[in-house]
Amino acid sequence: MRIAIASGKGGTGKTTLSVNLARYASLSRRTLLADLDVEEPNSGVFIGGRLITEKEVFRQVPSWEEKRCTLCGKCSEYCKFNAVLKLGGKIVIMPELCHSCYACSELCPENALPMVSDPHGTIRHYQSDTLNFIEGRLNIGEEQAPPLIRETIKYTEHLNCSFELEFWDSPPGTSCPVITATSEADLVILVTEPTPFGLYDLQLAVETMKKLGKQTAVIVNRVGIGNEELFSYCAEQNLSVWATIPDSREIAELYSMGELIYPKIKEYRDSLDVILQRISELESQQCVKS
Amino acid sequence: MRIAFTSRGRDWDAQIDPRFGRTDYILLYDEENDKLTAQDNRDIHNVGHGAGPKTAEKLFGMQPDVLITGNGPGGNAQNILNRMNIEIHTGAGGMTVRQAYQAYKDNKLR
Amino acid sequence: MREIVIISGKGGTGKTSVAAALAFITSDNTVMGDCDVDAADLHLILQPDILQREDFFSGVKAEIDREICIGCGKCDEVCRFDALVVEGSTYRVEPLRCEGCGYCSYVCPVEAIRLKEQNIGECYISRTRAGSYLAHSRLGIGADNSGKLVTRVKRDARLLAERENKEFIIIDGSPGIGCPVIASLSGADFALIVTEPTRSGIHDLKRVLELSQNFGIPTGCLINKNDINLEIAEEIEIFLHENGIRYSGVIPYDIDFQQALSRGQSIIEYNPERWKPFFSELWNKISEREEKL
Repeated sequence: MRIAIASGKGGTGKTTLSVNLARYASLSRRTLLADLDVEEPNSGVFIGGRLITEKEVFRQVPSWEEKRCTLCGKCSEYCKFNAVLKLGGKIVIMPELCHSCYACSELCPENALPMVSDPHGTIRHYQSDTLNFIEGRLNIGEEQAPPLIRETIKYTEHLNCSFELEFWDSPPGTSCPVITATSEADLVILVTEPTPFGLYDLQLAVETMKKLGKQTAVIVNRVGIGNEELFSYCAEQNLSVWATIPDSREIAELYSMGELIYPKIKEYRDSLDVILQRISELESQQCVKS
Repeated sequence: MRIAFTSRGRDWDAQIDPRFGRTDYILLYDEENDKLTAQDNRDIHNVGHGAGPKTAEKLFGMQPDVLITGNGPGGNAQNILNRMNIEIHTGAGGMTVRQAYQAYKDNKLR
Repeated sequence: MREIVIISGKGGTGKTSVAAALAFITSDNTVMGDCDVDAADLHLILQPDILQREDFFSGVKAEIDREICIGCGKCDEVCRFDALVVEGSTYRVEPLRCEGCGYCSYVCPVEAIRLKEQNIGECYISRTRAGSYLAHSRLGIGADNSGKLVTRVKRDARLLAERENKEFIIIDGSPGIGCPVIASLSGADFALIVTEPTRSGIHDLKRVLELSQNFGIPTGCLINKNDINLEIAEEIEIFLHENGIRYSGVIPYDIDFQQALSRGQSIIEYNPERWKPFFSELWNKISEREEKL
């Protein structure tokens, strides 16, 4: 089962949950953790392991063949992303802005813009005890996350062994990268916090998941202050709140040191048990359906 | 020399626009002919991505030798400007175009 | 008129709480701008009354006129994003997948494809609980973040400040290090980076500091929840000192922040005795720093 872990905003504890859940699950089941927050993947801080594969990922971008070019400038007109510019007698290409649509290349009357491979990012596969950890990391300066997110997901699909559980740590927010990361998941877990911020951003995330037609479950982090509004909202929307995690200074400290939470805090482990239990239930339901 | 300024207005008393990519106007002073012209860049506000390169493209068309601006260009624009034979001076934020020109002449800019 | 931008490399460091606190301390003399367009949260504390609202357009998506479409499929042949879908005898564009490159519209033999400007959000000008004006916005689902909306909000804030004769503009900037942050920083007179003493915090601090220094913007740093990890906090302070950052301050971990947030209040309203002096001093240092430069 492929489970994306997302959140409406950054800083809700999504990555903390992803790494702890994945590592804990890997103790009893064949588990994979993929970090799809390719602009800023930081699960690696908590999961060590041995590097098994490193794969450079490329995108296709146009390159200028001066000799064939008549400087008609059509390429610059076609490009909607300002990635192809005509500077007097030169055509200049900005790969960072290119969306790899191929329009300029294929419509150039002189075939003067062949597409070439441009380094985009790296996919790294680590083995950490029984956990397989895949990290997608965008090269600095690259602005397009979705192509690498898609490649990272493809990589997990082509791995020889199949995994019982896959946890995908997704980028925060509700824009393009998140949509790419969650659209192929079987289940999306939304991590939020019981503050006006958490509620507002949860609403946006829920709306997005509805549009994508995704099954969702909610985990509420940093509970303890007693704002009930979030829970009322979940009840109204028929959203399943699978677990709550208390606001704890101890947890914050462990996180700051790059340590896992569940080995040291029993309540946290208990929450993970509940979540894994709910996942199992979903799996059996799906089996029954098919 | 041809000196370009990123500006908020069309004349010597206008404030320097500290931004490059999304500057409101690009002014060009031709020292030889003592002529100041203004290019309206405000349609750049319609651009989502790639404002820097687009403005750089416009600047290129004006054939300047020197660019005077406030903060300086962002990464993408810098990329384009590097390919032009142009001297870039920053630190003119907060000045008028006139003051910025004087500061440039007095070697007071970065 | 001076513009102060508050940024953080990563989300969740408390940037918006700091911005809100400053809003209350300086309300007579400032206009606020919320440029955190992905998750525009400042308004949740400031609870503004919206005075002006305007649709915001950015980017295009392809749209097929089904009555003109002859079903030849040329659009589908060229589309790299799998955005064309067959429906009956004609084609349809799936908006969530369309990237707005326009390729299909260029090749359609009967010109059935139009590139339509997308209404991706709204811009607002409001008056806040603190008394000051706030320029802010909301982005729709799946909308592409960019420097354009950030620039628009900043422009609105600037116009308001000019009109109302306010000395300062305080911008709650975008998190991260991409385009929106660059747009947030562009034109600022001072940047305040809010960070936290964690490995990911340091990592992101370095990247965002590089940005503000490249722009030559005087920068200061605030380490939030510093006592979560005093060791890393110290590492940060040393790093800041080595990189010529003259102002840096700390905020200890305090349950007040969560309490205030859950009540939709600024920390200043929740516990003024404790926090008003703290943020007043912070503000003095930041606004004073500027004069020295």
